[in-house]
Amino acid sequence: MKLRVTLLVVLLCVVAAAAVLFWPPRDREIGEAPPSLSTALLEGVPRGRALVTLGDCEGCHTVRGGHPFAGGRSIPTPFGTFYSPNITQDLQNGIGRWSADDFWSALHNGYAPGRKLLYPTFPYTNFTRISRADSDAMFAYLRTIAPVPAANREHHLKFPFNQRWLLAIWRGLFFTPGVYEPDTRHNAEWNRGAYLVQGVAHCSACHESRNALGAVRSKDNPSGGLVLSWYAPTLSSSTEAGVQNWSETDIVTLLRAGIVTGEHQGYTFGPMAEVVYESLQQTDAADLKAIAVYLKSLPEAARKTERARVGLAPTAIPIVMSTGQQVYKDHCARCHGDNGKPESNVAPALANSRIVNMNPSIDAIRMVLYGGYAPGTQLNPRPFGMPPFYPTLSSEQIASVLTYIRGSWGNGSSPILPDDVEAGMTGPLW
Amino acid sequence: MRKTLGALAVVLLARSLTIHAADLDTVEQRALPCLPCHGKAGRAGPDGYYPRIAGKPAQYLLNQLINFRDGRRWFPMMNYLTERQPDAYLAELAEYFSSQKLPYDSVSAAGVPESTLARGKVLAKDGDEAADLPACSACHGDNLLGALPAVPGLLGVSRSYLDAQLAAWRTDLRHAKPPDCMATLAKRMTPADIEAVTAWLATQAVPEGMGPQESVRSPGECEKLK
Repeated sequence: MKLRVTLLVVLLCVVAAAAVLFWPPRDREIGEAPPSLSTALLEGVPRGRALVTLGDCEGCHTVRGGHPFAGGRSIPTPFGTFYSPNITQDLQNGIGRWSADDFWSALHNGYAPGRKLLYPTFPYTNFTRISRADSDAMFAYLRTIAPVPAANREHHLKFPFNQRWLLAIWRGLFFTPGVYEPDTRHNAEWNRGAYLVQGVAHCSACHESRNALGAVRSKDNPSGGLVLSWYAPTLSSSTEAGVQNWSETDIVTLLRAGIVTGEHQGYTFGPMAEVVYESLQQTDAADLKAIAVYLKSLPEAARKTERARVGLAPTAIPIVMSTGQQVYKDHCARCHGDNGKPESNVAPALANSRIVNMNPSIDAIRMVLYGGYAPGTQLNPRPFGMPPFYPTLSSEQIASVLTYIRGSWGNGSSPILPDDVEAGMTGPLW
Repeated sequence: MRKTLGALAVVLLARSLTIHAADLDTVEQRALPCLPCHGKAGRAGPDGYYPRIAGKPAQYLLNQLINFRDGRRWFPMMNYLTERQPDAYLAELAEYFSSQKLPYDSVSAAGVPESTLARGKVLAKDGDEAADLPACSACHGDNLLGALPAVPGLLGVSRSYLDAQLAAWRTDLRHAKPPDCMATLAKRMTPADIEAVTAWLATQAVPEGMGPQESVRSPGECEKLK
């Protein structure tokens, strides 16, 4: 008992020391004072609009059916559910009282007025790369958003993540503010792409894995991220979403149209379809090309080792494969072709497909369960779609057809179990 | 320079998206994701819930697709499939299903008390002045197959779907532009009347080859409700 009390006191002292050490934020950086607001408003708005669009601020800060930028969208995470705040110009609920300095602090330092520490669900770990001039332009554009008096909803987080002050420690461990520094070994276009990808476009917020405390951890574990019930494949592996050996044109096409076919095949679904539809298809072609140049240059990561998992008994495999083959023939072959190679472009090839062979396999599972359409972009306004199969196929049938597909036509990936399929049924559709 | 890049991207894209098998470049192919729930050609669903969409007025179907997309009507699968699709594409799908005229199997009324069916028929065809309820047919068409441009038919849909919709209108989960007649009427109906009218509607044969009537018979009827 006495020991426990002592331990508790020691623990409290450590926590208090950490808090003193990291609070107030040691990393407060104020850039140059902004130009007077009227000048900023006049000159920064168009550029700010483009940056806000590329960052898809509206995507998270708008609930379906709600006013743009008025917040309220739920973001489910392992730590609980976050609700995006109102960022319209409403004085009470929005950011109508914010100055350009306040906005810069949020983007660059991750805290709101009153030194309120922000959760990194708001990706200030990326936005800190944004220049002061671009921050001011974004602020100027947001000043043009009509105020909407929508009240903010409290995050619904588990203990201890609901203790906002603990973010002081988190920041000390995982956050270093700093505007993007151009890399002189590369040209201006590459640097523009790097600046956008690492900064306002915040690709790593989804495409890199996070550690147990929600910090991006790509360096020690190159992998994509499990977000919003999907797996966002890593951009640093050509077996996942890497585009190192793609042409720039194919990359730009995928980002603008949401789909590319031909030499390389790419389809966007789930949260990425939203990014294409709301953001990338409106992005300036030169910026998209710069992004493509940078993405092509990402170093190829070492192939990650697959975690050992419960598999099928060797004797069960022929049975599952034959069931899967029958399901494939009945439900899939018409569009995807007899051998996973379709004769038309209505559906992607499944032979040597990256999503089919990827681990985690959640994306392939969710595509079979819930189907979906590619985004209806200006360049692909009448997309074909994948039917949802949860109404007509059992978990066993879905597992067997995926096992068959992952084990045929040059694909060589592990079987999918009915439990895997059922695990894919949780979480919101996105 | 930027324009040139953009034009180049469009040209290359058009080339790369060419459909090789032209026979699959159809609206039927594009409508396939709707069929697991709504049935072959939008006829009905496999589990007795999802509604018939074949033959309903195109403007009604389009309104619903847009409502699902924009968060004014809620069903997760529909919200998911419609989001990020432009109006023109949703209109094309609505037109396709609207143009399907299909024969329907009639549903047996076995097990439903005669008195319930009789009351349901009265409510559907004649209304009940004492209860301040106009007939369903006043707006949904004399044959209850809907009315142009945007009133849905009530036949060929399951009882559980009709029940769910009336419940949604009563609880403000489903709503329409003002005057929101259905909300007013659904809230005015007693549970027994809802049971009666959905039982009767769900067991009527769909008259073959017929569709929505040209216009709503009594457009003023609704205004009187307020």
